[in-house]
Amino acid sequence: MKTFLTTTALALGLATAAAAEGELKIYHWFEYIPQELLDKFAAEYDVKVTMDTFDSNEALLAALKAGKMGSYDVAVPGDYMVKIMGDEGMLDTFTPDEMPNLGNIQDQWMDVDFDPGRKSSIPYQWGSTSFSVNTEVYTGPLDSLGLIFDPPEELKGKINVLDTSGETLTLASLYAGIPQCTSDRTQLKALNDLVQAAKPYWASFGSDVAKDVLVSGDAAAGMIWSGFSAKARAEGAPIQYVFPKEGMIVWMDNVVLLKDAPNRDNALKFMNFLLEPENAAAVTNYAAYTSGVKGVEEFLLPEIANSPESNPPADVKGVFVQACPEEVQVMYDAIWTNLKK
Amino acid sequence: MAGAAPQGASRSEIYRGNGGRLMLPVWVFIGIFLVLPVLLMAIYSVLTKEFRGGVIWDFTLAAYDQFFLNRGLFGDEPPTVEWTYIGIFWRSIWQAGLATVFCLLIGFPTAWFIATRDPRSRSVWLFLITIPYWVNLLIRTVSMKFLIRDTGPLNEFLLWTGVISEPLSLINTNFAVQLGLFYSYLPFMVLPIYAAVERYDFSLSEAAADLYADSWTTLRLIILPVVKPGIVAGCILVFVPSLGAFLAPDLLGGAKTFMIGSLIEEQFKGAAGNWPFGAAAAMILLSIVMGVLLIHARAQTRGDG
Amino acid sequence: MATTDLRRFTGFRAITILCLVVLYAPLVIVAVYSFNDSTSITRWGGFSFKWYADVFTGPDAPKFRAAAINSFTIAIGAATCATAIATAAAVAMNRAGRFRGKTASLALINLPLMVPEIVTAVASLIFFITIGFKTGLMTIFIAHIVFCIPFAYLPISARMQSIPDMYEQAAMDLYATPWEAFRLVLLPLMVPGILSGFLLAFIISLDDFLITNFVKGAGVETLPTAIFGSVKQGIKPNIMAISTLLLGVSVVFVTLSWIIGRAGQSKQ
Repeated sequence: MKTFLTTTALALGLATAAAAEGELKIYHWFEYIPQELLDKFAAEYDVKVTMDTFDSNEALLAALKAGKMGSYDVAVPGDYMVKIMGDEGMLDTFTPDEMPNLGNIQDQWMDVDFDPGRKSSIPYQWGSTSFSVNTEVYTGPLDSLGLIFDPPEELKGKINVLDTSGETLTLASLYAGIPQCTSDRTQLKALNDLVQAAKPYWASFGSDVAKDVLVSGDAAAGMIWSGFSAKARAEGAPIQYVFPKEGMIVWMDNVVLLKDAPNRDNALKFMNFLLEPENAAAVTNYAAYTSGVKGVEEFLLPEIANSPESNPPADVKGVFVQACPEEVQVMYDAIWTNLKK
Repeated sequence: MAGAAPQGASRSEIYRGNGGRLMLPVWVFIGIFLVLPVLLMAIYSVLTKEFRGGVIWDFTLAAYDQFFLNRGLFGDEPPTVEWTYIGIFWRSIWQAGLATVFCLLIGFPTAWFIATRDPRSRSVWLFLITIPYWVNLLIRTVSMKFLIRDTGPLNEFLLWTGVISEPLSLINTNFAVQLGLFYSYLPFMVLPIYAAVERYDFSLSEAAADLYADSWTTLRLIILPVVKPGIVAGCILVFVPSLGAFLAPDLLGGAKTFMIGSLIEEQFKGAAGNWPFGAAAAMILLSIVMGVLLIHARAQTRGDG
Repeated sequence: MATTDLRRFTGFRAITILCLVVLYAPLVIVAVYSFNDSTSITRWGGFSFKWYADVFTGPDAPKFRAAAINSFTIAIGAATCATAIATAAAVAMNRAGRFRGKTASLALINLPLMVPEIVTAVASLIFFITIGFKTGLMTIFIAHIVFCIPFAYLPISARMQSIPDMYEQAAMDLYATPWEAFRLVLLPLMVPGILSGFLLAFIISLDDFLITNFVKGAGVETLPTAIFGSVKQGIKPNIMAISTLLLGVSVVFVTLSWIIGRAGQSKQ
């Protein structure tokens, strides 16, 4: 049967080119890398680049688990997802001589706890997750996560939240002063009650729409990533990115070498390519976050380097999302399902 | 079905003895790539879930337990009925049912009207109603999303005419989902009813009129039984896809509340990563649909016999 | 007599027109706005073809071109296979008398119509994962053949029922083999039905989002999945232009099937 189908497909010119040399398959966040940079890599190394996109760390993991392992060469998970994928045995390792530009990584991002010594990953960009408010709609003080979780009259029913349990529940925990990955019943109950009470004031759940709803005016406030908010502002949204007094999420996205990568050599070339300051800066100029590579400064556009979103005040608290153990995670999953029922 | 093909033609035995052979490709394709997968899904629904996606080959009813029984947020309270998922299913059934009713209310008169035109203008009307049926569902849903957004053309128009002074919040509501389902599947209602009405012999109602039946009596006693199969077919064609719809709730409903489709999708593509639960929910959906179809089939055989 | 003419229910014309307005308004508005010169999708900035140019030459052009090629190749391939399978099945059901499993066969043909799309999608994904068949173009192609079969079967079988078998009888009386009778007599008579079946299967394959989204492999997009991915980030003018182009394709196809249907009727 399979032979028959393959023959049929061949006859129709359907069959994909076999895993030949000169290919690279990337699994990436949406709207996170400029096409010109991919074209530049493709031209420089004579490689055909294809890219699929996802909109949350969880979606990345789910897709890889559901039969996509062995299809992609590199992916771009956030910090805690690098840890999870490493624990799941989804990552391949490389040696320092396979990555000549490894020394370009800024020291503080070299020995990270989700990948000590950078054996499977390199830094891509880092930034924060908080929220932005349309200052034409709401003119009060912009300092608290309460604007999302206990919104003022002007914002009720005009709020978009990220459609991912990890970030949304972590921000809720920060607001409620609850530690992450808690197994304390009263705390979990309080977290559940908090998001349940806030939901009627939320208009929609969406990660990929987070920028568009603010630009189009469909939402007056929305959880969003720092650079995405900067892009929304650049596209004309009258918004301000808020650094809440309760704290915000800080994250780093990383390019990882996937296990069973069909084009491992090209994957390494690509990762090394991204560690060139000029190329790292090209990503930053496009996505408006901050690079983890040394020497990018001279290539950065001033409005990106000095954007208010990427330069938080010194006293704002930033936390990384933690990967919870299974018995705790199921409770967070239950809260999330309960929220969207 | 009423008014089937000419006798003899459909009962032809001219290629007798080749039936099994000719049917083989259907058995192979649908058997291997649909029946087998559904059976496999049934097995998955009684396997143990692997954390963050995947299954462990140990049999358990945990997925169904999670669906029907509530053991508290922490899983150790005495079990009571879990209304979360039943509620999601109920809401989906309700939405799909409402969509079916609205489609019928608009679709029946439309089909009737078209089928009773003279042949020339009938084909024009039919042509007009068929075009949207052939247009990509995703594109139709996206178009609807664009039309009804807060700053979209519909609100601009209504504001301009002065009918409203504040833009209507239509998008991301249950109403929007409803509108989307109605809009998506309306042609499915019109076409089968049209086919049934077109076959109706209007000399029958003329005969009824000669016997002094008023038009509503004729409609009820003579026409309805004839076009009923078309109505039932239309209702099923609207109800079944509405029940598992994904695009309308996702794009028009703001992904705010789970419907059956998004609940199942979330188990395989989202954060939940609970495959056995997704498979169990899919099995329950399949059972409901098969139940509806079975009732329909039995009613039909009784009607024929 | 005219007093009880059931062909003239008052109000039905108004409802029909309402029905058409509801069906067409969103499509027409998107088509109009696809010619908007402004970058803002809701403000009108004059007539322009720039978003059409953007579709073919803009930054997203390679992505959509690849998706379009995938979509059309899969639709042509799947519709061809489904039509062949459905034609064989129609002959078995209408021309081969009784055989074992005939009733079950009819149920099997219609099964893809009865199973909700999300269920088929999940079941297919689970199946391909379990047997270790790597998702890609091939998995989309197989899944599309399966759900296209009943759509191809409906018009083909209907057409075959309406053709009396006396022509084939005559041919066989003149010592034609069954295969010759089929190929030289029935098949030519069946052309309009087969074409309708093919067109319907083609458009159904082109339309599918949900199943494709579950079984597509790395780096493989079809038009609906590519459009969905793009729309999730907000409706942009280039999406309106693509939608309008696809709308045009649909209109061409309805017209085609219309002409074929007409030709079929006049031949009888």
